[in-house]
Amino acid sequence: MRNLLASKPLFELAHPGRRGCTFPASDVPERPMESLIPQSQLCSSAPELPELAEPDVIRHFVNLSTLNMSVDTHFYPLGSCTMKYNPKRHERLSRLPGLVDLHPYQIDEAAQGMLAILFEMQQMLAEISGLPAVSLHPAAGAQGELTALLVAAAYFREKGERRTKVLFPASAHGTNPASAALAGFDCVQLKGSAQGLVDLEELKSHLDQTAAVFMITNPNTLGLFEPEIERVARLLHDVGGLVYIDGANMNAILGIARPGDFGGDMMHFNVHKTFTGPHGAGGPGAGPIAVREFLAAYLPAPVVTRLGLPSEKPTYRLSAPAKSIGRMRTFFGNVGILLRGYLYLRTLGADGLKAVSENAVLNANYLMTKLSDVLPTPHGRRCMHEFVASARALQKEHGISAMDIAKRLLDYGFHAPTVYFPLVVPEAMMMEPTETESKETLDAFADAIHKIVTEDPVSLHEAPHSTLVSRPDDVQAARKPILKWEPSAS
Amino acid sequence: MTYLFNTPDQKREMLRTIGAESVDELFDQVPADCRLSGPLQVPPALTEVDLEREVLALAGQNVAGGRRVCLMGGGVYDHFVPAAVDEVVSRGEFYTAYTPYQAEASQGSLQAFFEYQSLICRLTGMDVSNASLYEAGTAVSEAAFMAMRVTGRHDRVVVLGSVHPEYREVLKSYLSNLRCELVVLPVPDGTADLASVKKALDDKTACLIFQHPNFFGCLEEPEELAKLARSVGALSIVAFDPISLGLLRRPGDYGADVAVAEGQSLGIPMQYGGPFLGIFACREEFVRKMPGRLVGRTTDRLGRPCYVLTLQAREQHIRREKATSNICTNQGLLALRATAYLSLVGPQGLKEAAELCCRKAHYAAERLTRISGVKLAFDRPFFKEFALRCSGGTEAILSKARQARVDLGPALSRFGKSIPPSLQDTILVAVTEKRTKQEIDELAAAMGD
Repeated sequence: MRNLLASKPLFELAHPGRRGCTFPASDVPERPMESLIPQSQLCSSAPELPELAEPDVIRHFVNLSTLNMSVDTHFYPLGSCTMKYNPKRHERLSRLPGLVDLHPYQIDEAAQGMLAILFEMQQMLAEISGLPAVSLHPAAGAQGELTALLVAAAYFREKGERRTKVLFPASAHGTNPASAALAGFDCVQLKGSAQGLVDLEELKSHLDQTAAVFMITNPNTLGLFEPEIERVARLLHDVGGLVYIDGANMNAILGIARPGDFGGDMMHFNVHKTFTGPHGAGGPGAGPIAVREFLAAYLPAPVVTRLGLPSEKPTYRLSAPAKSIGRMRTFFGNVGILLRGYLYLRTLGADGLKAVSENAVLNANYLMTKLSDVLPTPHGRRCMHEFVASARALQKEHGISAMDIAKRLLDYGFHAPTVYFPLVVPEAMMMEPTETESKETLDAFADAIHKIVTEDPVSLHEAPHSTLVSRPDDVQAARKPILKWEPSAS
Repeated sequence: MTYLFNTPDQKREMLRTIGAESVDELFDQVPADCRLSGPLQVPPALTEVDLEREVLALAGQNVAGGRRVCLMGGGVYDHFVPAAVDEVVSRGEFYTAYTPYQAEASQGSLQAFFEYQSLICRLTGMDVSNASLYEAGTAVSEAAFMAMRVTGRHDRVVVLGSVHPEYREVLKSYLSNLRCELVVLPVPDGTADLASVKKALDDKTACLIFQHPNFFGCLEEPEELAKLARSVGALSIVAFDPISLGLLRRPGDYGADVAVAEGQSLGIPMQYGGPFLGIFACREEFVRKMPGRLVGRTTDRLGRPCYVLTLQAREQHIRREKATSNICTNQGLLALRATAYLSLVGPQGLKEAAELCCRKAHYAAERLTRISGVKLAFDRPFFKEFALRCSGGTEAILSKARQARVDLGPALSRFGKSIPPSLQDTILVAVTEKRTKQEIDELAAAMGD
């Protein structure tokens, strides 16, 4: 069934003289190009792009698409990634010409509908986070982290405090330390307790006048709600530091608990996770941040403000907060993704949001229980929206690794869970089923894992067997990188 | 809710398996005093029918989608997007997939990104391209950080005042908590003065950042600028316009070390500023110091050719605080748009689009400068965009154009202190291949040229 011809490299499908797009002839008075642009600036020949007809291009990319697993086609229980269903109404509505063809420098008067949407999005995120000031500006979660850390730096600078340390648990996402380093802070990694939680004594030992921010994911990357989060926050606040909540796991606590209420001073949302902006095979995302009132003046520009009395018809304006750290990217933000998040929130309402988290947590606990006999979860009997199981016993007794199971699952028609993260669990398998999966799917997935663990380990080491390719040679890829198509290499 | 599955009887069955009395019991680990006591105060839920009605009304309040003719510029342009581009990215298998870490389940995305990297290299004449950054502003910043790593110079970054003010503002924010000095060289004449650039560069400078065509639309002398940077051991970083490369020499031809761009022109709608595409390409020798994901070709255990994410030891999920960047989520779907766009237009289409932009922009400049009080801000060669000084104030011109159902701009006053006071009476005008002579003539006539 596979169309081997159409999925050949693009460059091998090309044929001189083919066109996939033509433009109208020029209708303005003809002048020699050299009279418009100096000869020395002109290229001697057009770029060496492949020449293809429109049907070539469509057939090529549609065939490539079929080589992917995706949420539309498969169960995709990647822990930490919240691979939930992406509603189709979002795609239709976010492509309305009045939204998608709007120039970012259009004057505010001519963008009132868009600004109304973005203002309401700010309001809704403030309510969900329990933090009153929101910036929709950051392009992704990691940029939200960096933005918030620069907000914190500006705040401390103004107070005349020199705080150099950003702290985070060993189970933190890699972006936390990477953002802290980029923002110019020293990184302090905490080991945490045997239960996979913040160790208060360890934390205390690092807290002093140089502590700027403690970054913590809550629920954490083990899928556990930090029971001492309020004490953690108090400890930080007592030394004048701030608490940053990495909102990657917000899918567990929508309408249940709010970062602002449990001690967070700043946080980011991953709109592409929690609020179902599609992941797009790697992006785009949107990483809005929410902060406490005393940090609002430092937020990046622009933010949307509402003018006029509540009784009047509102007008909306873009503005810069008083002591803004400035821009973190060009233009307003990843509006296309923010729109999808807005549409999701408007569809769900308060009850719907709470139902999301309830069902996400129910599904995760159900799957964890179904797998507990073969893939135990070292950190506790219950989880929030995700859990981290360990294949250590299987590895020791049968030589079956987390990677083997992950790869073999592909043969059974399931995407693999996240493996080998967080680093604190040996042979980690991090599973996040999300609320948009049925019991039938979870049962079938659990059945597949039960079958896999009885299979011949030698064969498992070579899994997957049914996919187009199996176990790519990463070492070869990194040792002699081939990063572009070249005629000789084909 | 339409996106949930669990029926009440299934929930009971699942709870029985778990050994819990209720869903609420599953939240026992959340301490009582962390719990929200009442419901969230958000607008009530809407059905799809009601949602569509409401959003249609809001979308209708925006002046967009052909209600006025768009001659706006400033880094985002109303270029034509072929329907086939929209179709490609509408494939659920692409847009609902995750980052292709699991190579066997992601060969489609991986091959498409490998093709993206290949196309960007051919477009720019550079050796290597990553698989995308957020947009041009952060791409410029990432390039500056890479230059610091490559040169070992962490004290000084030089950027021309003719670089997009927002790119410079982003760079300023990114450097705000570091010791690095950011030097912005004024460019009063619309293009860089080579003597003053030379003076600003020294052996502590990590990089020289310029834009070509620059923010005002003017053509810089890229080869000379790249040479000046090289002469002090600094990297040259150029922000280019992808469409311009249908006509202009490529960054690789004039010796740029790093080429970054806003990829919005390559099949991406304007959508009020994002998501867009940060293009990042550079010389081979910097490959292990690059930011962002890279897709490489390799073979699998049976020797079959395939694609993987590679050189991941540069990235945050492996290297954490020592990573070359904090970027994780990138702009994959926009890179796919650019790949489909470049595949469709091909060499001839790109050349035609570039020539049409250039010719029509020159025609528009000629017509608009016949209006009394309006003249070109700079007497310099330009590509598709130009700066107009409006002696009667910018608002008079902009609103008159709006009455004629045309949007011009932005007015440079929008950028506040990032633009010198002498340019506060200036607007930008950009002309793409979509515009017609008739539209330009009608505008000029309405403005009384």
